[in-house]
Amino acid sequence: MSLLTTASVLASPAAPGSPGPGLADFGHDPVWISIIKGLVIFVFLLLGVLFGVWLERKLISRMQHRYGPNRAGKFGLLQTVADGLKMGLKEDLMPRKVDKVIFFLAPVIISVPAILAYSVIPMGPVVSMFGHKTPLQLTDMPVAVLFILAMSSIGVYGIVLAGWASKSPYAILGGLRSSAQVVSYEIAMGLSFVAVFLYAGTLSTSEIVAKQADGGTATLFGLDIPLPSWYAILLIPSFLIYVMTMFGEVNRVPFDLPEGEGELVAGYHTEYSSSLKFAMFQLAEYVNVFVVSGVAVTLFLGGWRAPWPISLWDGANVGWLPLLWFFAKIVLIFCFFVWVRASLPRVRYDQLMAFGWKVLIPLNLAWILLVATFRALRVEQSTPVFILMAIVVIGALAVFFRFDTVQQRRREARAEQIEEEFEQLREEPTAGGFPVPPLDLPHYHGANRKEVPSA
Amino acid sequence: MGETITFWVLAVVSVSAALGLVFSRKAVYCALMLGVVMLSLAVLYAVQDAPFLAAVQIIVYTGAVMMLFLFVLMLVGVDSSDSLVETIRGQRFWAVVAGLAFAALVALGVGNVVFAPAAGLGAVNAAGNVPSLAELIFTRYVFAFEVTSALLITAALGAMVLAHRERLEQKATQRELSRERFVKYGEEGLDPSPLPGPGTYARANAIDMPALLPDGKISKLSVNRYIARYEAEEGTIDPKVAEILEGEDK
Repeated sequence: MSLLTTASVLASPAAPGSPGPGLADFGHDPVWISIIKGLVIFVFLLLGVLFGVWLERKLISRMQHRYGPNRAGKFGLLQTVADGLKMGLKEDLMPRKVDKVIFFLAPVIISVPAILAYSVIPMGPVVSMFGHKTPLQLTDMPVAVLFILAMSSIGVYGIVLAGWASKSPYAILGGLRSSAQVVSYEIAMGLSFVAVFLYAGTLSTSEIVAKQADGGTATLFGLDIPLPSWYAILLIPSFLIYVMTMFGEVNRVPFDLPEGEGELVAGYHTEYSSSLKFAMFQLAEYVNVFVVSGVAVTLFLGGWRAPWPISLWDGANVGWLPLLWFFAKIVLIFCFFVWVRASLPRVRYDQLMAFGWKVLIPLNLAWILLVATFRALRVEQSTPVFILMAIVVIGALAVFFRFDTVQQRRREARAEQIEEEFEQLREEPTAGGFPVPPLDLPHYHGANRKEVPSA
Repeated sequence: MGETITFWVLAVVSVSAALGLVFSRKAVYCALMLGVVMLSLAVLYAVQDAPFLAAVQIIVYTGAVMMLFLFVLMLVGVDSSDSLVETIRGQRFWAVVAGLAFAALVALGVGNVVFAPAAGLGAVNAAGNVPSLAELIFTRYVFAFEVTSALLITAALGAMVLAHRERLEQKATQRELSRERFVKYGEEGLDPSPLPGPGTYARANAIDMPALLPDGKISKLSVNRYIARYEAEEGTIDPKVAEILEGEDK
C-alpha cells in the first residue's frame, strides 16, 4: 500500500460528479474489502473462462453453419464444466524425460501473472460496498499500465519453460517461437500505449478512464465542436496497431504460430496431455485474452464509462451500472476475437515477424512523433498546428500515391509475366519438365471432344 | 510495518535464490534463479516508493534480458550439468584470492562513502514518482540519457553488422520451389508431394510408428530417420521400425 501513499498526496479524492476515481481514491480500503475484491476478480475470470470457451465454440459454430456444443445442459452451457471435470479427473501423465520441477511449474507461471494483471483494470466508479466508499478496481498505481506489460512479460516464461522442460522438439520450437513473437509484439504494443500516455498525461488506469470522460470542444470558425472522448477515435492508428498486437500477444489466430498444429502438433504444450496442467494453459490463454480486452477497453474504449448515446443520461455512469458497460465491452471484444478466428488463416512465421518489426513498430514510431509534435505545438496556439497537420496529411498522401503507382506497375509486370508463362504452357505443356498427360485424350475433353448426349 | 515484513520475506527468497544461482549446476536453473532475484528486487523497489523503477526492472530485466538469456541457453542446448574439472591450473585458488580482494575493495569503498543528508522522498516525489523522474531524465540528465541510447543503438547496429550476410541471389519463391519439385519429379522421379505421415492404429499412434503401404509393407518414408536412429541407440526400437534403418550406413 505504500506505493499509493505518494500518489495520495497529489490529488484530492474524487468529488461527486467528477469524471471518476483517481489515484487518490486507492489505498484506503480495509483489508477485508481488498480480499473481497480480489476474490470477485478471480471468480469473474474463472467463470469468464468457463463461459468464454462456451461462447467461442458456440459463436464459431454458428459462423460455420453448425450448432456447436448443445448436449450438456441448456444450450450446451455445461459443456466446458464437463470438459473441466474430465481434465481434472484424468490421469496426469508425466513423460519420462521431462524436467520434472519446471514441467510442473510452467503452467503455474503462465497463469498467475495473467490473473494478477486484472488487479489494475478499472471496472466501475466509486460505489458503496458494505458502507465503505470504494472504487470498483482492486488497486491502482502510478505505473499501472506498465504493471500489466510487466505481468505479460513474466507470463512468457511459462510458455518458454513449458517448451524447454518438455524435452521435445515440437515443444521447444513452440516455446522459442512464442517467446520471440510475444517479445516482439510487446514492443509494438508498448509503443501503441505511448500516444495514450501523451494524451492522458498519466499511466494510471483509473485516471486514463477519467480522462476519456469528456473530449472537450474545439473551436473552429467560431463553432464549438464536441470532440470524441474515446482514445480509440482520437488516436485511431494507435488503436488499430494495438488491436493487431493483441492477437500476437495472446497467441490467437491469426498469430497462433506457437501452437500451429500443422507444423508443431500443439507447440509448447504438446507434452501436456489433457490433464489439469493442460487446463491451466487453456485457462491462462483465455485470461490473457480477457486482460488484453480489458486493456483495450480501459485505454481506448472509455473504460467502464457508458458509450455515447447512453452517456447522455446522467445516471449511466453512477453506481454499479457501469459494471454492465464494462462487461458488455469485454464481451464484444471477445466476440471480435472469435470472429477473427473464424475468418482468418494463420500467417507464416517469417511474415509474422516481418510484420511486427518492419511494419507495426516503424508505423507506431512515426505516429508517436506526430502525436508528440501535435501535443507540443497545441500548447502554444492552434493555427500552426492545422498547417502542420495539413502538410503531414498531404505528404502522407503523396507518399501513398507514389508507392501505389510503383506497386501498380509491379503488379502489371507480374501479371504480364504470368500471362506469358501460361502462353508458353498452352503451346508446349511439357515445358519446364512438368509431367503432363497428352491433353487430347478423350476423357480430358481434348481438342476433338465429342459431346455425349444425355438420354 | 508492511515494508519490514516484505523485506524479511523477500530477503529469504532472494538470498536463497542467489545461492541457488551460484550452486546450481544447470544453466537454465541458474537463469531462473536470477529471474527470481530480479523479481524480488522489483518488489523491494515497489515497496520503497519507486513504482516506476519496479515496473521497468520487471519489463527490461526479467522480461527482456533474462528472456534473451533463456532463449540463447535453449537454442544452444546447454541443459547438461557443468563439469567440475579444472581446465586452467590453479583456477580455483586464484578465483578465491580475486574474490576476497574484490570484497575487501568493495567493503573499503562502501565504508568510506560520505552521504549528504537525504532530500527525502516526499520532496523528491512531490509531483508524483513518474512525472518527477521524467522531468529529471528529460531536463537535467537528458545528455546522459541520449548518450546511453546512442550507445545502445551502436551496440544493436554492431550486432546487426556482425550477424548480417548479404544475399547473393534472390530467395526462391514458393512458385520457383514448386516448379523445381516438379522438374525433379519429371527427371528423377522424386515425389513432389510431402512425405507420408506416420501410421495411426488402434493401439499405437505416435510419430515412431510407420505407415503401411497398400501391399502391407511399411512405408520407409513415414518415420523420421533421426527418430529411428535415436531409438536404435536407446534400444527401444520397434522391430518394424528397425527395417527403416536397414541398408543404411549408420
